[in-house]
Amino acid sequence: MPAISFQSVSKTFAAGRGGTGKPLKALDDVSFDIEPGEFFGLLGPNGAGKTTLISILAGLSRATRGRVLVQGHDVQADYAEARRCLGVVPQELVFDPFFNVRETLRFQSGYFGVSHNDDWIDELLASLGLADKAEANMRQLSGGMKRRVLVAQALVHKPPVIVLDEPTAGVDVELRQTLWQFIARLNREGHTVLLTTHYLEEAEALCGRIAMLKQGRVVALARTSELLDAASSNVLRFKIDSELPKELARKARITGRIVQFPAHDALEVERYLAAVREAGLRAQDVEIRKADLEDVFLDVMAGDRAARPAGAA
Amino acid sequence: MIGWRTLFYKEVLRFWKVSFQTVAAPVLTAVLYMMIFGHVLEDHVKVYDTVSYTAFLVPGLVMMSVLQNAFANSASSLVQSKIMGNLVFLLMTPLSHWNWFFAYVGSSVVRGLLVGAGVFASTLFYAVPTFVAPGWIVVFAVLGAAMLGTLGLIAGLWADKFDQMAAFQNFVIMPMTFLSGVFYSIHSLPAFWQGVSHLNPFFYMIDGFRYGFFGVSDVSPWLSLGVVGTAFLFVSAVAVHLLRTGYKIRG
Repeated sequence: MPAISFQSVSKTFAAGRGGTGKPLKALDDVSFDIEPGEFFGLLGPNGAGKTTLISILAGLSRATRGRVLVQGHDVQADYAEARRCLGVVPQELVFDPFFNVRETLRFQSGYFGVSHNDDWIDELLASLGLADKAEANMRQLSGGMKRRVLVAQALVHKPPVIVLDEPTAGVDVELRQTLWQFIARLNREGHTVLLTTHYLEEAEALCGRIAMLKQGRVVALARTSELLDAASSNVLRFKIDSELPKELARKARITGRIVQFPAHDALEVERYLAAVREAGLRAQDVEIRKADLEDVFLDVMAGDRAARPAGAA
Repeated sequence: MIGWRTLFYKEVLRFWKVSFQTVAAPVLTAVLYMMIFGHVLEDHVKVYDTVSYTAFLVPGLVMMSVLQNAFANSASSLVQSKIMGNLVFLLMTPLSHWNWFFAYVGSSVVRGLLVGAGVFASTLFYAVPTFVAPGWIVVFAVLGAAMLGTLGLIAGLWADKFDQMAAFQNFVIMPMTFLSGVFYSIHSLPAFWQGVSHLNPFFYMIDGFRYGFFGVSDVSPWLSLGVVGTAFLFVSAVAVHLLRTGYKIRG
């Protein structure tokens, strides 16, 4: 039985949202399964439907069509069981200003029917570096500390399936390390993890399998290694001082002075460099590196390449 | 059981942590009403021929405080959680719509009765009413608080911002309370306004509550119980339906 099963999930928002005046199709027939014990990445640009999908999974929102199962429990028909299996770290930094950290975690345990949970709460606080903040009011915590409490809140009832919706947005390096070590440990201990993130190197380092969403549709679904293999194997990277000619610029990824071309072999590299020279430009700091997930991501999102390995919807 | 008990306890603790605002302030307000209206009207008004105005005023003020605070509790808690965004912590739990209903309404009843008891204790300095039928006092206090706690729940679900909640409170709840006979017996009104008052369910709460003290009222306490009970069942059905369908809280 899959840990999470999305079955033909569609979501349409009524007209008027975002001032567009016509209904917005946020998700369009999304189907894929996440197996128990997987570390799964859900990627996509802003507005691709990642958070909508997570909201439907968590019961915050309802699918217009299709259904979602968590460990075999329908998130609508059997919501209590489905939610007991699920620990969700929301994207927004929300908190209840009336209570301190320990009260917050005790209440969250109680909502899931777990009483006398202080041993596990203490372990969570220690693992997330919150031990000395247990009695601090939520209002007094920094953003990073609030984020840690959100993670602890999602885990108070020891859910087998953990969902993290962009947990590292705006988080400093130290917390990111602490967080990933902790989540990786939980994953090793058998928890299924579903992660959405904007940091593609995180997804590349952590996720065994990845789905990419674009405009509410799954545009890629494969093992991370397969996605990387399917992309152009190399990237030619250099700096220039002035603008590239238009037809060259179209094929490149340009970040300020840095220009990157996907290149499959030496011939292609030579061709690009020759074109740059013919345009009267001088390429500096030239290097060739292995393609990473960001390259795959941009390829898939651009939709002009056949980076759709087996299994893609 | 643990689930709804936790939410109930959380909601009680929430208002208790700011009890100056949620308990002490409404008690003081009621005492001020008592001082001023009691002073001005004590010598001029007799109600039901035998009851002094100050004594008549006590149950009315107590009930008004019970109702307004029960409403404010669930309404402000929900609106605040919606605006702060921390309602997600509840929405993602296995708590059922019944759990939500009993926890929010239950904590509102607790706050309403607590403020009511505070008002009653403070007004004892001015007038000690009689207790002809204490059973009716308890029944109407609890039922009134539950009814307003439920209305607060509905208002809290409906309102997207504090302004809308305040509008509900100031343009619906306040007039219905003030025009329900808190400060006067509706028998003193012209026939037309007596008729209008009979359409206001709040009137029956206060009238039945007052019957428990004096053994006299504008209508029979059984009629009041019937009206208030029916109204409570109706608003409860609406509230539970809204919770079940996730009105304005689940997209």
